[in-house]
Amino acid sequence: MSEKIPVTVLTGYLGAGKTTLLNRILTEDHGKKFAVIVNEFGETGIDGDLVVGADEEVFEMNNGCICCTVRGDLIRILDGLMKRKGKFDAIIVETTGLADPAPVAQTFFVDQDVGDATKLDAVVTVTDAKWLKDRLKDAPEAKNQIAFADVIILNKTDLVTPNELAEVEATIRAINPYAKLHKTTRCDLPIADLLDRNAFDLDRILDIEPDFLEAGHHHHHSEDVRSMSFTIPGDVDPEKFMPWINDISQVQGPNILRSKGILAFKDEPRRFVFQGVHMILDGDLQRDWKSGEKRESRLVFIGRDLDEAELRKGFMACAA
Amino acid sequence: METITKPVSLREHVVPIDAGEHVVGAVWLKQTLALALADGRVLRWRDGETESVEAHAGGLLCTASDGARLISGGDDGRVVATPAEGAPEEIARDQKRRWIDAVTVSPSGSIAWNSGRDVHARDDKGKLRSLDVASTPQGLAFAPKGYRLAIAQMNGVLLWYPNTEAKPDFLEWKGSHLDVTWSPDGRFVVTAMQENALHGWRLGEKPSHMRMTGYPAKPRSLSWSHDGLWLASSGADAAIVWPFQGEGPTGKAPRECGARHAKVTRVAFHPKALVLAIGYDDGCILLVRLTDASELLVRPAQRGSGITAFAWDKFGKRLAFGAEDGAAGVLTLPGG
Repeated sequence: MSEKIPVTVLTGYLGAGKTTLLNRILTEDHGKKFAVIVNEFGETGIDGDLVVGADEEVFEMNNGCICCTVRGDLIRILDGLMKRKGKFDAIIVETTGLADPAPVAQTFFVDQDVGDATKLDAVVTVTDAKWLKDRLKDAPEAKNQIAFADVIILNKTDLVTPNELAEVEATIRAINPYAKLHKTTRCDLPIADLLDRNAFDLDRILDIEPDFLEAGHHHHHSEDVRSMSFTIPGDVDPEKFMPWINDISQVQGPNILRSKGILAFKDEPRRFVFQGVHMILDGDLQRDWKSGEKRESRLVFIGRDLDEAELRKGFMACAA
Repeated sequence: METITKPVSLREHVVPIDAGEHVVGAVWLKQTLALALADGRVLRWRDGETESVEAHAGGLLCTASDGARLISGGDDGRVVATPAEGAPEEIARDQKRRWIDAVTVSPSGSIAWNSGRDVHARDDKGKLRSLDVASTPQGLAFAPKGYRLAIAQMNGVLLWYPNTEAKPDFLEWKGSHLDVTWSPDGRFVVTAMQENALHGWRLGEKPSHMRMTGYPAKPRSLSWSHDGLWLASSGADAAIVWPFQGEGPTGKAPRECGARHAKVTRVAFHPKALVLAIGYDDGCILLVRLTDASELLVRPAQRGSGITAFAWDKFGKRLAFGAEDGAAGVLTLPGG
């Protein structure tokens, strides 16, 4: 099989600076050719790159899984683009300000043809330092977009005071402490910081998330969307863990936006790494635990109205 | 490893064609083979001579043919007709340059296509009608008789009489319907679904459902036998051939033809005999006779050269094929 084409998903609430960023990616000299899937077709007039209009046609898979929604238009467009392999190096999917990133991400897990030809590289969310707080109050989508992000661009930092900036940053961290955060004024960050993140690559879950290793975060418990992490300082029993995580995903899937974990299974020399989007779980035994590396089992959930105490109890009961 | 007996080979009867680009579709225009290429060109081949013309300024996405012209839709928002000789002719152009994802043509020369969620139908006299549908269709098919169009979309199929004001009938079934085909006798409508399945309806006062499931991949290639009694499909490690005698396939097992350790990507029934051409994602092509399951090898496996297009000529003397890596060829059946 030839190499999979990386796909970067660009989200952000209206006016946050998504179009500015998109224009930068398309006009800057970085030696890469993009196919760009945009939602407002015709408004970004860019020469030389392949620009495709999308309609955000979300549909529910007919497989009994209620939150298993995917983007039908994306499957169709990627199928069309794959006939022109070699004409571009990477794909960028822009979503509307109101879009839930989950169906986009789930498309890459659920559709085999899409998964065979492309790989989801990262979800990049552009936010606005001045208006984010208001958006978080009146727009649930804005919260989902932050919760989902692998990379967050906190833009228009010149419009707020240092104190306000610190506050908005704390708010973002309360929802999602794991994403890479960049503070910018006109989305002026190196494009390389956005691309080739491999955020959905099971092999790279640790490398790109230094915060992942830190135990204990300071949460603002006022947020309904927030993250939590649990650690067992040793092995878990896969016979207990697998049914538990499957059950949690099925029952609480609609509220779990993303989940990730690196686990030490009893009598297993390799690390088990998994990630999830709502009810969809993708996991694999990966490289060996290195000598000197501490065998421990860690889990992260980012979601809405999750019962932290209950999840912790359930996970701790999986200890070997 | 495989232990099936080696099929008799027709390899020496294949003339290779270097198309140079992913082959999106192949059609015969009498003695001329037209190969639609992903870069927007149409390659015309006649008795070993090739010539290419630019049909689209960009990618070519879908094809259809009435036997006289290759009709293609592109990412330049244009629908173009390319004849066996002469320049391609523009049939329609979308002002917003939206992709043309689906195109179909009836034997009498009526053409239908989509641009985004707008479906357009142009009858053989040139009268154009348009319909706004709920989701972007990827599959369109005219009924074998009468001016009626099946439109595959989210959660079902619309059956539309473009030249009447009647509200289109909606055949509902949850999920995303990708391709659509009408049985040659007009009694059945079948779609290929996102959920690795075929869904069919037996038409009538109360259309009844037929579910054809169990595919490991999407069955994106469908072909009816010349007698209309069998529907072959891709999407598994064999061609799955459903019986459509009588009430249809419900409760009956399909035939599995040409089982190999590769995924079937294209199927095409011979126009006069129960012989099926099967193309695989590893580049192999087999001909399989339905009556005794005997197999003939047309093309051995070639890495990265998965089959993307098939076309039998009208008499069933020649089979053209195209592949994802730009390889193509024509098999001329030996003998009478």
